[in-house]
Amino acid sequence: MSVAVQAKAASRLLLSGNEAIARGVWEAGVKVAAAYPGTPSTEMLENIALYPDLYAEWSVNEKVSLEVAIGASMSGARAFCAMKHVGMNVASDAFMTQTLAGVVGGLVVAVADDVGLSSSQNEQDTRFWGRFAHVPVLEPADSQEAYDMVKVAFDLSEQYNTPVILRLTTRVCHVKAMVTVGEKDERAVSGFDITQKRWVMTPANAKGMLPKQIAREGELRKAAEVSPFNLVDDGSDKRVGFVTSGPAFMHVRESFPDAPVLKLGFSYPAPIEAIKAFRATVDKLVVVEETEPLLENELKAAGLQDIFGKDILPRLGELTPNVLIPAIYKLRGEEPPATSTYPKYEPFPRPPTMCPACPHMGVYYTLSRLRKRVQISGDIGCYTLGAGHPWNALDTTISMGASMGIALGMDKARSEQTKDKAIVSVIGDSTFLHMGMQGLLDIVYNRGNITTLLLDNRTTGMTGGQHHAGTGKDLNGQEAPRVDFATLCAALGVNPERIHKVDPYKLPVLFKLIRQEIEINEPSVIITDRPCVLSEFYGKLTPYEVVDDKCTGCGNCINVGCPAISVSRTEVTKRDGAPDIVKKYTTIDTAMCTGCHMCVESCGPKAILPFNQQAGE
Amino acid sequence: MSDIINNILVCGTGGQGVMTAAEILAQTAIAKGFDVKKSEVAGMAQRGGVVTSHVRFGKKVWSPVITPGTADILVAFELAEGSRWADMLRPGGIAMVNTIRLTPPVVSAGLFKYPEDPLASMRAAGVTVYDFDAGAIARDLGDLRLINTVMLGAIADYLPFPAEDLEEQILGRFRARKPAMVELNHQAFDLGRAAARERAATKLAANQ
Repeated sequence: MSVAVQAKAASRLLLSGNEAIARGVWEAGVKVAAAYPGTPSTEMLENIALYPDLYAEWSVNEKVSLEVAIGASMSGARAFCAMKHVGMNVASDAFMTQTLAGVVGGLVVAVADDVGLSSSQNEQDTRFWGRFAHVPVLEPADSQEAYDMVKVAFDLSEQYNTPVILRLTTRVCHVKAMVTVGEKDERAVSGFDITQKRWVMTPANAKGMLPKQIAREGELRKAAEVSPFNLVDDGSDKRVGFVTSGPAFMHVRESFPDAPVLKLGFSYPAPIEAIKAFRATVDKLVVVEETEPLLENELKAAGLQDIFGKDILPRLGELTPNVLIPAIYKLRGEEPPATSTYPKYEPFPRPPTMCPACPHMGVYYTLSRLRKRVQISGDIGCYTLGAGHPWNALDTTISMGASMGIALGMDKARSEQTKDKAIVSVIGDSTFLHMGMQGLLDIVYNRGNITTLLLDNRTTGMTGGQHHAGTGKDLNGQEAPRVDFATLCAALGVNPERIHKVDPYKLPVLFKLIRQEIEINEPSVIITDRPCVLSEFYGKLTPYEVVDDKCTGCGNCINVGCPAISVSRTEVTKRDGAPDIVKKYTTIDTAMCTGCHMCVESCGPKAILPFNQQAGE
Repeated sequence: MSDIINNILVCGTGGQGVMTAAEILAQTAIAKGFDVKKSEVAGMAQRGGVVTSHVRFGKKVWSPVITPGTADILVAFELAEGSRWADMLRPGGIAMVNTIRLTPPVVSAGLFKYPEDPLASMRAAGVTVYDFDAGAIARDLGDLRLINTVMLGAIADYLPFPAEDLEEQILGRFRARKPAMVELNHQAFDLGRAAARERAATKLAANQ
């Protein structure tokens, strides 16, 4: 549990940005908070849920989470919603109209960008949404600011009748820094007022609100011009001045301690006049923004042509000191200082792997055996790792829930070469509930010939194991209604005879079932039902070991992909005019093995036995 | 307090306790009155991938990340991981490396080789490397989880505060939650410290 939960006012604590925001949300008197997990945003809701006197939930997706927050705001309660950058793509339908209708209770949407793509499918810039939806954007640079700004964001929201975006990046969410916390603000909830007609967004009603939204944006621009979050941090070296926001400010300050810096915390609407005034005080002005040249383009459009930005800085990734320093020295016409003394060394890659006993391994091992016969449309979660070694059994990953729609499109666009291929979609339980159900319904409705593998591991795995509508528990760990996937798929119209539940550890059974279903020309769903090994629902079994004198070196168990199995020795036999015969004898790390027995099923000579039973034979 | 910023990079693989070690370093620095930032991009690291944690402390810390070539100490919980981050060290910096070899599936499947001596190129480049088997020390004490404390003990004499402060931070955590582990952690810390001293003395002798 975060130390922030019990900390008294004025305590000074080492908190991540996500922990600091949770504290700020609670202190701001928020009554309702909702989110769908997504790196790097997940810990905000996990921490908010630990505080008393508020309601927090895992919603089925980001759009629903925002709608929950909107309903609470309409009812006069302060409401908070958190998501990762791509989550806003899902939530944006609700968001784009809510911004027209406004708020009653303050509404803050924290959106976390994965600058540098540590765990995401793209690197989109959330600041666009401020421009697109005409709402203010606040950009904290560290934990203290994240805490301060989330509180101010609620005031701004109520004062200007608008949702507010709190734009975060991984370097705010997951960096721990010192935060001084404060007191909780007690607030009453006014309740929903049925006499208000502004929430019914018919064209006539919405049309009347457009001028108000434009006027509001003008007022917000004035507020940004004088906001205490937009301040010049002066410096004596006037050769190059910087305009920057978010963690990029920290990198600028670190790299050029004597340079004047205009730091934007209230970054949209951009305080153009303040920036123009700052421009006049420095020889050269560089806009340092992660990731898109948004502010730079706006400044140029406002007549500030003589500035630098993405012409000297990269468009992608973090703008850390090792990126900034050479670029700025070059701009000043100087030789950059020597950087690293020691050469970079790459011993070997260490990509993320599935855990020992991960039920997904059984699925991908089986699919890899059928590789030549199937196209595999994948989705977003731990099972995306099926695209990698040793399975190479996943062909697409685009967005949450996309596996089935894409599979259907592949089915409708076959060539002479691919007309006999079976098409399989692979999706996890949480992702299926998030945005996958609609794809399956579309397959059924449009008579697609797709075999869907629904990998129910009873958790949201990749983000660290959060509950969802299919786990039987809620965000607080309390018992909750649990969706029945087989019944759900039948209700969507899948023929009940084509819906199967299978234990993914039973490799021959799984293999026969997949082979059977891909031959049948109608939609089918195969639900695997082993829980994630990291979840509370998993029970460890007796580990296994390889009996060395029975191992024939065939290497089949290696292809299961379990990190507990490794090659103990390799034997190469040279042959004239034929490829070498390579035998890989294996061993199992019994400390890692949890006894799932998938490797046992792959072992022809039955050389894998329960640990310590060998002696008894 | 001087303006010097202390940069410690802790690295290893998912599940080794890298984040905990970094947290203990950060908390010790806070207790000594430093401003602290600690940065980690775990991302998919819990799936057995590479983990690093940047710990920076001083009078005022701006950037949360250590710039390559500026780390004072590299604490590596795994041998090859130590070599992977050598370029983060400043000239005169120290690499404290646990010699355990954790082989990822891409290596055990034969796609890549685990180098015979991953630290060779570091030594050749002039990095001060203190490598020792922290796992053996922990195993002798009866609990592999003590590696964390052994490694912290090993760097304890190279920090801008007394080793006792770091040790107290560790023992304090156990006193509150697992009092039975206090004595073992005390021993693990001391043995780690002694191992580093021995490596330093060996190196000194070799250079003379």
